Amino acid sequence: MLDFLTEFPSLGRRDLSALRQGIDESFRTFSRAYGEQLEAFFNPLLKFLVWFQDLLTDAPWPLVILVIALLTWLGARSWKITTGTVLAFLAIGILDMWEDTMATLAMISVATVLCIAIGIPLGILMARWDRAQSVITPILDVMQTIPSFVYLIPVVMLLGIGKVPGLLAVCIYALPPIVRLTNLGIRLVDREVMEAAEAFGASYRQKLFGVQIPLALPNIFAGVNQTIMMALSMVVIASMIGVQGLGVPVLRAISNQYLALGLMNGLAIVALAIIFDRVSQTYGKRLQSYRETGRE
Amino acid sequence: MSDPVTTDEPKVRIRELYKIFGDMPQEVLAHVCQGMTKAELLDLHSHVLGLRDINLDIPARKLQVIMGLSGSGKSTLIRHLNRLIEPTSGEIWIDGEDVLAMNDKALRDLRRFKMSMVFQKFGLLPHRTVQENVEYGLTIQGITDGEAAARASRWIDRVGLSGFERHYPGQLSGGMQQRVGLARALATDAEILLMDEAFSALDPLIRTDMQTILLELQEELHKTIIFITHDLDEALRIGERIAILRDGEIIQASDPQDILMNPADGYITDFIKDVNRAKVVRMRTIMGPGGPAAGAPVDAAETIEQALPKLHAAPDGLCPVMRDGRQVGTAGLDAAIRALRPPAASSAQYS
Repeated sequence: MLDFLTEFPSLGRRDLSALRQGIDESFRTFSRAYGEQLEAFFNPLLKFLVWFQDLLTDAPWPLVILVIALLTWLGARSWKITTGTVLAFLAIGILDMWEDTMATLAMISVATVLCIAIGIPLGILMARWDRAQSVITPILDVMQTIPSFVYLIPVVMLLGIGKVPGLLAVCIYALPPIVRLTNLGIRLVDREVMEAAEAFGASYRQKLFGVQIPLALPNIFAGVNQTIMMALSMVVIASMIGVQGLGVPVLRAISNQYLALGLMNGLAIVALAIIFDRVSQTYGKRLQSYRETGRE
Repeated sequence: MSDPVTTDEPKVRIRELYKIFGDMPQEVLAHVCQGMTKAELLDLHSHVLGLRDINLDIPARKLQVIMGLSGSGKSTLIRHLNRLIEPTSGEIWIDGEDVLAMNDKALRDLRRFKMSMVFQKFGLLPHRTVQENVEYGLTIQGITDGEAAARASRWIDRVGLSGFERHYPGQLSGGMQQRVGLARALATDAEILLMDEAFSALDPLIRTDMQTILLELQEELHKTIIFITHDLDEALRIGERIAILRDGEIIQASDPQDILMNPADGYITDFIKDVNRAKVVRMRTIMGPGGPAAGAPVDAAETIEQALPKLHAAPDGLCPVMRDGRQVGTAGLDAAIRALRPPAASSAQYS
């Protein structure tokens, strides 16, 4: 009688293992049946990722630095940030992390573009229908909180080890902020302004592209920024399933207790993060210059 | 209340309009129709009565003011005209067209081409320049960039904002922002202009300025303007017709002079008791039948304040009242003085 209270009446060991095996087995069947199709579906993405990474690694390094400096300048319009970026990449090259950094850069860029392409429409959908919001929000909560190792298992079972599963893992982790902040940004647009657009007979598209998205841009940009940061923080975990880049030496450093190696590669990731963050933030700020008063 | 047999079709016709806010407005509508008050409805059914049995004909090319204190339902009423708010029951006709029967496209076209709106807090697009804001309605109509720019420039100039085309709304003062709002609304060439407390957020001096601009424009444009305000002085200054709203009901809809001289009930009497009548009551209101008068001629539209010196100087105490060069009556100092006294809080009547 007391046993019942002190020991939770769990399923028996046999039932439980049958349950687990059943789930595993059905997922295996699913992956055997659809694994190849899924792989074929993601093939264009893989090709693009490989092409982009080769482009970055094969191009002469001065050219790459020049292009990065140019992009930084276009985004931030700040000499300080541009000079800092060039110095950081020179240091990375001198410390022999150039190739790994390029691989990570390619990965992060593709992941970010993918997240933006999926996340912004999702956010718009959530802002338009409360129904969509109530369905998508818990999914985002799960995506953000579930330990990444857990969803690595099915991804690897489906697609094996390599770049695409790594990219998916990064995207699952990095997608939520852009979706959330797009939704929030659109919902926060001043009601008076929306009412005015409505009163002048604006259609849904005219309201969305003429009013809501432009006014939500500061929030959307904060979302992009967060997405990039989260993608970067997944670099090490992604390298566990075969993604090349700065995560691989970090992983090696962990298992062999190489302090310097881990620190250097870790700092390279930090450098990338700071560059992406400053550039995207200053760009976002420039987009809303209308908020300043007294400007000609 | 209003005479259904009119020769002139009103521009806007509102019939038995009800609006109840809450979860089940249709279910409690019957109670309201049977005379349940706003307070009872809120207590017993947790629904808020927005509008009750509104009947109003708005003539074309006139400036109709709808006046009421906050919570009287005036902003709710004006939003029914372009269906920013859907009524619980009733009819709205514009140019003989049933607004409530319109589908999405017809409603959009109504908002694009027939009506434009000016808002209390301006409702300007903060990320667009003055020029782009004024072009907004035109872009939505699908007018080409070149023509939209030209038309917008004309209106920017007309409201006195030349030179500010490339500023953003956030860089302008409130009065200037509302000029942008006015230019934006006028640029679409809509026949009906809805103005929701358009000048209420402005300083008193700027407000008077904007009223003057509006009256000047109206003299030239003759739009059908529906102007919401809580300010009686503003209503009397610009309104050609005034409807007074309280707790979602129209209690008097008439000519401003008539409201001043014959207030419908104690509420309105209280309302008008502090008005400077010398500035509002006009000769046509106080004049008696035509006859010999020795004073200098006064115009029918002159206020008591304007005509007072002439009335005072008239040797027999009477001045001829003229309209379009013809004498239409006589006015005297006595009538003027009598008109200056507000009706007593009871139901005092002047004729």
